[in-house]
Amino acid sequence: MIEAHLSLLLVVLPLLAAPVIAILPNGRLPWAVSTLVSFAVFAMACLQLINVSTGNVISYELGGWAPPWGIEYRIDAANALVALIVAAIAAVTLPYALYSVEKEIPQKQLSLFYSAFMLCLTGLLGITQTGDIFNLFVFLEISSLSTYALISLGSKRQALTAAYQYLIMGTIGATFFLIGVGLLYAMTGTLNMLDLAERLPALTEHRTVQTGFAFIMVGFALKLALFPLHLWLPNAYTYAPSVITVFLAATATKVAVYVMLRVMFSVFGFSFIEGSPTDEIFLLLCVAGILLMSFYAIYQQDSKRLLAYSSVAQIGYMMLGLGFGSVLGVTATLVHLFNHALMKGALFMAIGAIIYRIGSSNIDTMAGLGKRMPWTFAAIIIGGLSLIGVPGTAGFISKWYLVLAAMEQQNWLIIGVILIGSLLAVIYVWKLIEALYFKPANETAHANVNEAPLMLLIPTWILVIANIYFGLNTELTVGTAEQAVKLLLPSAY
Amino acid sequence: MSMSSQTMIILTLVLPLVAAVLIVLADKKPNLREAITLITASCVAVLVFNLFLRVNAGETPTLDLFEVIPGIRVNFSIEPLGMLFALVAGTLWLVTSIYAIGYMRGHQEKNQTRFYAAFAIAISSALAAAFSANMFTLFLCYEILTISTYPLVTHSGSAEARRSGRIYLGILLGTSIGFQLLAILITWSVAGTLDFKHGGILEGKLDPAYAGMLYALFIFGIGKAAVMPFHKWLPAAMVAPTPVSALLHAVAVVKAGVFTILKVTLYIFGSDFITSSGASDWLIWFAATTVLLGSFIAMTKDNLKARLAYSTVSQLSYIVLGALIATEMSLIGASMHIAMHAFAKITLFFAAGAILVAAHKTDISQMHGLGRRMPLTFVAFTIASLSIIGLPPFGGMWSKWYLALGTVDAEQWLLLGVFMISSLLNIAYLLPIAVRGFFSKPAQGESLNDIHEASSPILLAMGFTTLMCVVLFFYPDPFYDLASLAVKGN
Repeated sequence: MIEAHLSLLLVVLPLLAAPVIAILPNGRLPWAVSTLVSFAVFAMACLQLINVSTGNVISYELGGWAPPWGIEYRIDAANALVALIVAAIAAVTLPYALYSVEKEIPQKQLSLFYSAFMLCLTGLLGITQTGDIFNLFVFLEISSLSTYALISLGSKRQALTAAYQYLIMGTIGATFFLIGVGLLYAMTGTLNMLDLAERLPALTEHRTVQTGFAFIMVGFALKLALFPLHLWLPNAYTYAPSVITVFLAATATKVAVYVMLRVMFSVFGFSFIEGSPTDEIFLLLCVAGILLMSFYAIYQQDSKRLLAYSSVAQIGYMMLGLGFGSVLGVTATLVHLFNHALMKGALFMAIGAIIYRIGSSNIDTMAGLGKRMPWTFAAIIIGGLSLIGVPGTAGFISKWYLVLAAMEQQNWLIIGVILIGSLLAVIYVWKLIEALYFKPANETAHANVNEAPLMLLIPTWILVIANIYFGLNTELTVGTAEQAVKLLLPSAY
Repeated sequence: MSMSSQTMIILTLVLPLVAAVLIVLADKKPNLREAITLITASCVAVLVFNLFLRVNAGETPTLDLFEVIPGIRVNFSIEPLGMLFALVAGTLWLVTSIYAIGYMRGHQEKNQTRFYAAFAIAISSALAAAFSANMFTLFLCYEILTISTYPLVTHSGSAEARRSGRIYLGILLGTSIGFQLLAILITWSVAGTLDFKHGGILEGKLDPAYAGMLYALFIFGIGKAAVMPFHKWLPAAMVAPTPVSALLHAVAVVKAGVFTILKVTLYIFGSDFITSSGASDWLIWFAATTVLLGSFIAMTKDNLKARLAYSTVSQLSYIVLGALIATEMSLIGASMHIAMHAFAKITLFFAAGAILVAAHKTDISQMHGLGRRMPLTFVAFTIASLSIIGLPPFGGMWSKWYLALGTVDAEQWLLLGVFMISSLLNIAYLLPIAVRGFFSKPAQGESLNDIHEASSPILLAMGFTTLMCVVLFFYPDPFYDLASLAVKGN
């Protein structure tokens, strides 16, 4: 009985939890409730993925209204995988949040904080679940607005500027998306994605449709921080509370990449993309983004900002796969989506643990703490190796598929860029590791610093172990991605 | 022992890892910690020897673990060449552990727990590389080996160690990701498999015109083989404590590099495909240049460990050259050189470490007359030098013999000349050290009376490897048999 409504429940549960949490007294209760909700959501996301992993598609009609009039949730392997990423990251981030949030966020805002967190989760899950493009916009706004609020709660004053910057850029992005949706609606008279996909092929020569497509692409390129539309991201990641950085870095951009994927391949279709310059533009921006942003990362003095620039570069990797527009390419995108969530999640959590102890993410201030916090340090090493793409880690699998996809297209330039990107990653990862391990610690300021509490370490290590597990067993990641690609690119099979 | 081969492989690979954990737990009890190392190393030596007996009897022990990517598995299969490498690395770990206890305590090194733990992980990954049944598994172990040796290279934590660590990691990770991974991916997309197969997997699938490019990606991508211009990491790594230089940077790590090249030559390309496609024609000159230049640079170094490092660079390219020539004789010579060079070079490093611990000298120019105070050490040094040079009655002669025969088979007279000139250069940079130690007088005003031989664990280890240099001349059969089995196939 419940199973039939799973796809809706996934979104509704955190949505209902949000107002409840908002009226709870400040203390540990809001945290406890949201953690339970996130566990439940995670369980549901797992079930949902199992249901679609064999290649079938679940269609759920909201309120019993048949599509295309009513809103339809349409679940296949692609969105089930992304929903699982979001739910899983929420389920490991929330236990981690307890101590970290108590330290960084004023007591009187705790219930509002968790309430906003639940809304953000709702929005991100909603985006993945829905099969209605306007409904998608609504969820996009839910997630964005709550994100602005969450970022602004960062303990430094710059958090306000960062949130404001993101607000402006995010709103422009959302507006572009809405304009695009409006144009498509004007031409086709439908908002259901499946319906759109049926009607659009006849209209592809139409300027309005092409303009609509361009608006949607630019709008989401802003949301996912594709170079050079990434300017909001480094500040947002750097100044947001540690927990929010973990959650955003591991989920928000991934969901945006998923929307790109859905719009490009499910709604507009492979032949439309091939006929447009989209793929070439993406490849160009990705190449520039990977190289430039990796260089930027090397020169950062703040560890969170360093990882933020690395994220922008990594988004380049994800979009490369889209730019190839091939089976292998899209598989690589989906696999990297998942794997990058694991590695950045682990890294930001480990950095967050250091911030929990010393209150700063500056690389020089962190110097020498590797020996005091060996488990946190080991997490940074393994997360970093995964980011570099050393075999045995999840990052290697991503790189493997990306290079194979580029090889299939005989694109040696891009192969070179992917590999150079990995080498640049070696440099910025090792900058962190050297500072943490070899530089002498500040004995007066950090005399009493010791290992982070278990409540921070256990979630971090769950992600660290996941990085190794998914580097050695790709049944879930590659298997699901291949299922998803079969549905996204039916013409290629 | 009636243990199954699978169990033996698992134990060989897992025991050192378990030891690494136990070593960390025994941090505060040095005697217990060292006992763990010694017991594990003994077990591994026994296991490896038993595996050797089975391989020698014609068995191929295998262990299939799990699938990573559809078509790519982590699995192990011990063929003769891998057995040869494992036999060298496995037995020398025990010897080096004995040596290390004398050295690390004599030198009062810090962070010894980290040292022994990282050492155990490195050995486990070197053995796993030796047993790998496909290129992916080998690559995985190759990278773990790189990373686990990084804390050993940067052991002292000084600015110089950090700089060397950067060079070490930069070159080894850089070449392996930039070239080797690419080569593996090309192999995978062309051949559809990465399994090692005698005779190779590429013939008939790869256009011979591209074979040279792919082979070059492998040769330079395997940075651990230290073919110029990617050799700088090896001299840089000499900043590590001497046991590390001895076992890892004369045996396990560098030999893992040339071993990988031999594997690629024999089991990915196949020696026939190499010769028929001319894949190695131009690469030969990189290796030949490395052989000569390495020797020349070694002559200019006054620091003993630096000289030995460049000597290793040069000697590694003997093996690479043997692989590139790809005749039966040259491949047998190259495979045997893995073992012969290992025993001789580890002895030289043991001696260098003994001199450092006992006399606190690092530069050759300070070693006047030292041989009379430390006769055992200098005798060992002399014997090992002669083995490196390739003179009878020492083991090093055999590998050089087959390598030279290989060049004759291939009618590469110039390369024969390279080997001969390099032997002369070996004499020029190794023997003067011994001569200076024994025959010249200490500098004026310097008294050597306080200097004595190093502690007994050091002498014991050094004595064993020196003895092996001699034994291997009269009884090279195990290594010859393995090498020829590997090259000729079953």
